[in-house]
Amino acid sequence: MNAKPLYDQLSVYLAAAAFLLALGIFGLIRRRTLIGMLISGELIFSAASLNFMAFNRFTAPDPTVGQIFVLFIMGLAAAEVAIALSIIVAVYRNFRSVTTQEVSELKG
Amino acid sequence: MNPFPATQLITNSLFVFCLATLVFGAGIAVFSARLIRSVCGLAVCSIGLAGLYYFLHSPFLALMEVLIYIGAVCVTIVFAVMLAEPEEPPRTEKSGSTVFWGGLALLTSAAIFSGLVWLGIRGQWNPPSNLLSDGSIADIGRALLTTYSMAFEVISVALLVAILGAMAIARAGRTPVTSK
Repeated sequence: MNAKPLYDQLSVYLAAAAFLLALGIFGLIRRRTLIGMLISGELIFSAASLNFMAFNRFTAPDPTVGQIFVLFIMGLAAAEVAIALSIIVAVYRNFRSVTTQEVSELKG
Repeated sequence: MNPFPATQLITNSLFVFCLATLVFGAGIAVFSARLIRSVCGLAVCSIGLAGLYYFLHSPFLALMEVLIYIGAVCVTIVFAVMLAEPEEPPRTEKSGSTVFWGGLALLTSAAIFSGLVWLGIRGQWNPPSNLLSDGSIADIGRALLTTYSMAFEVISVALLVAILGAMAIARAGRTPVTSK
């Protein structure tokens, strides 16, 4: 048995991150409510973080850099969720709906 | 020479379990029709991701993933679901365009996935020749307070501004209590 174990291969982590990114983009196109699109956006953030951590573990000479970067990504994702949800609540007050079909006042 | 029998097998199956949790949770988050279920799917996906961070030699980030994503982000989204009651309506447009756009979305994401996996497998990723540190929590704390102290301060200001902005946006349009 000369192969490395599954958790010690970079390509496994890269494939998992690619899966998360593809699923997030699929959800972003397919979802019809603003909150559903926000959840898909969180999946894309997770994919980016996993990619950073995988390269940090396998190719970076200083393993602290990637961890700090992912920590900052998490902080920015939390800030983004707070802002987006308050916008969604404001939109709900004005339109009584958060579906993307009905919030289309600016559509020509 | 293993101190415990089948250590390799146990570690491998734990890793596969984390990976399956990630995939399963992401699937629920995207494909379920009810939004509260997809928030729970996001939480399950975060648990799997925290396991993967643990396998990537970073228990600190595994802890932070559970703390921030499940403890803060998912709870905030649940609050928004409570406030806005966003039930996804049944599709009203013709089924032909639904099939077309769904197929287009599936095609796009499948192309991105296969392309990225191909790049990841084909690429020559070289391991580092020497490690400058071992990436422990003490190293992270030292780097945060010396090399990255400016970014640390900037992100704390950004979080403060985000909190204030969220309150200001969500507060506008509320009817005052004293009006009646």
